[in-house]
Amino acid sequence: MSGSAASGVWVFVEARRGTLRDVSVQLIGEARRIADRKGAVLSGVLPGWNVEFLARQAIEYGLDRVFLVEDPRLGIYTSRPFTKVMATLIRRHRPEIVLFGASKNGRDLGGRLHAVIDTGLAADCVRFDVTDEGYLDMIRPAFGGRSLAHIHCETHRPQMASVRMNVFRMPSRDPSRMGEIVREPVEITDADVDTNVVRFVETPKHDVSKIDNAKILVAGGAGLGEPKHFALLEELAGLLGGEVAASRKPVDAGWVPKAVQVGQTGKTVRPEAYFAVGISGAVQHLAGMQESKKIIAVNSDPRAAIFEIADYGIVGDLFRVVPELIRQLRALRSPAAAREAPPARAR
Amino acid sequence: MTEPGAPGPASGLRFVVCIKQVPKAQELSVDPVTKTLRRVGVPSEINPPDQNALEMALQLRARHGGEVVVLSMGPPSFDESLERAIAMGADRAILITDRLLGGSDTVPTANTLSEAIHRIGDFDLILCGEETTDSSTGHVGPGIAGHLDIPQITYCSEVDIVGDRVRGTRMIEDGAETWDAPLPALVTVDFGCNTPREPTLTGKIRVKRGGPIAHWSCADLGLDGSRVGLKGSPTIVAKVETVQLPERKGRIFLEEPAVAAALLIETLRKDGVIRG
Repeated sequence: MSGSAASGVWVFVEARRGTLRDVSVQLIGEARRIADRKGAVLSGVLPGWNVEFLARQAIEYGLDRVFLVEDPRLGIYTSRPFTKVMATLIRRHRPEIVLFGASKNGRDLGGRLHAVIDTGLAADCVRFDVTDEGYLDMIRPAFGGRSLAHIHCETHRPQMASVRMNVFRMPSRDPSRMGEIVREPVEITDADVDTNVVRFVETPKHDVSKIDNAKILVAGGAGLGEPKHFALLEELAGLLGGEVAASRKPVDAGWVPKAVQVGQTGKTVRPEAYFAVGISGAVQHLAGMQESKKIIAVNSDPRAAIFEIADYGIVGDLFRVVPELIRQLRALRSPAAAREAPPARAR
Repeated sequence: MTEPGAPGPASGLRFVVCIKQVPKAQELSVDPVTKTLRRVGVPSEINPPDQNALEMALQLRARHGGEVVVLSMGPPSFDESLERAIAMGADRAILITDRLLGGSDTVPTANTLSEAIHRIGDFDLILCGEETTDSSTGHVGPGIAGHLDIPQITYCSEVDIVGDRVRGTRMIEDGAETWDAPLPALVTVDFGCNTPREPTLTGKIRVKRGGPIAHWSCADLGLDGSRVGLKGSPTIVAKVETVQLPERKGRIFLEEPAVAAALLIETLRKDGVIRG
């Protein structure tokens, strides 16, 4: 789509089984900042069924207006009907900017939509700015996170981008915030529903979310050698009050679920402390954890790339180092050891 | 060689697998001095998720019969990956190669691949990797489905065909969702969901004998310069900046495990990472 009269900032508001997706809420926070910068109205598009209460929530998180499109056929995400809703509303109202959360469904939708309406879509942005000319400066990692590319979409509208989970912080929710809910008619017919969702097997909730908000992560890599050795990391994580994560290899090998994978094809995390155990530090892994506050590496290879970005490192056999850490931390935690230890600082 | 737009295979289904050639991920490393990525002399490979897509297509062909056509877009050096795909068992391959295509973003890429798929004709299932390891947008697969106006099922770890329908199980954040759609359709394949086979001897011989790889240009596809490459791309890379990672102290303990562990714990207690 081309055109110059476009105005307004939009976000795709993703409902998933009765809740707003976290990435959508995080996106509202960042989109609010962009809209304020441009002096524009911030709208959300919420396709779904019986989701008006979620439209209210989205307003409380920072939207000025929600375009609500309800139809039983929109009760669960499928590509074609959702693409039709977005394409129809974009053609009707001509927003200047449309942003998506880069969930699997967000990418599925954005990828189809940008081809259908013929405009650009910058994936996985980590920062936005507005240029002097008024273009949206869409900043995304390139080359395994070692560079940032500034993507502009000057000749087509809307300018579209997606953001990954946990790159932006959750905005606070203000129950007194006022906004407008606009019911938008979009004709969805049975012919639009070309796919049926025939089955859903839920991943246990704990596995889905445990690494997203953990303050401490203990991540294992190929160096663990066998799935059973992750028990060592579980124990260490337990003593540190953290959770276990992994690099790609243990996930590909089926040792741990994909939900705990950190890196370019997994999750982006930024905990207070990230323990990388038996992880060599491929750039794709670093891209997902390099913004951790403290990085601690345990690896037998002193030339491993992970040491390049570590605050602290132990060069040694993880099967000797980790049990030693566990033993000493356990001693620190046990009452007997506590009596011998210097008095705890007042908190 | 099969002529473009030829009718489908005499029996079975026509699978089109879209692949890209990328720098080998594990060979990429960061220069410790300049802190930038070393890319010179890095060997190439078929984008790993595309290898999973190709493996899935070869398995589907074994079950349902038909032919596997591999499609790519890029410089002539991509022939290396197409030859590997043939050696793995693909029936034939097509490389869309043209100077005009340089600098294409996901819009003209999806558009160009779609035009080529039209020209291949009579396709039943298009398979793509979930994303590439070098650009990692995941937008081209759904973009092709959008252009062709066919159903899409993304992030599939399992795909099966029953009659004239495809069933794919998608690995998404909170679980595994199975979608069912009529053919023709497009699926994108979950990275690491299968083990791509090695090239076979017969496959290598086919390559040696001048493997069935065709080169198509933009003119062959009826695409003019305004719809492809930089000109046809809505987005531009305005600039690239090097990431300045926070300077880290980089204190490495080389002592015996017991001593090193004690030093690390003491340090982390000072930093407040370990309480108590």
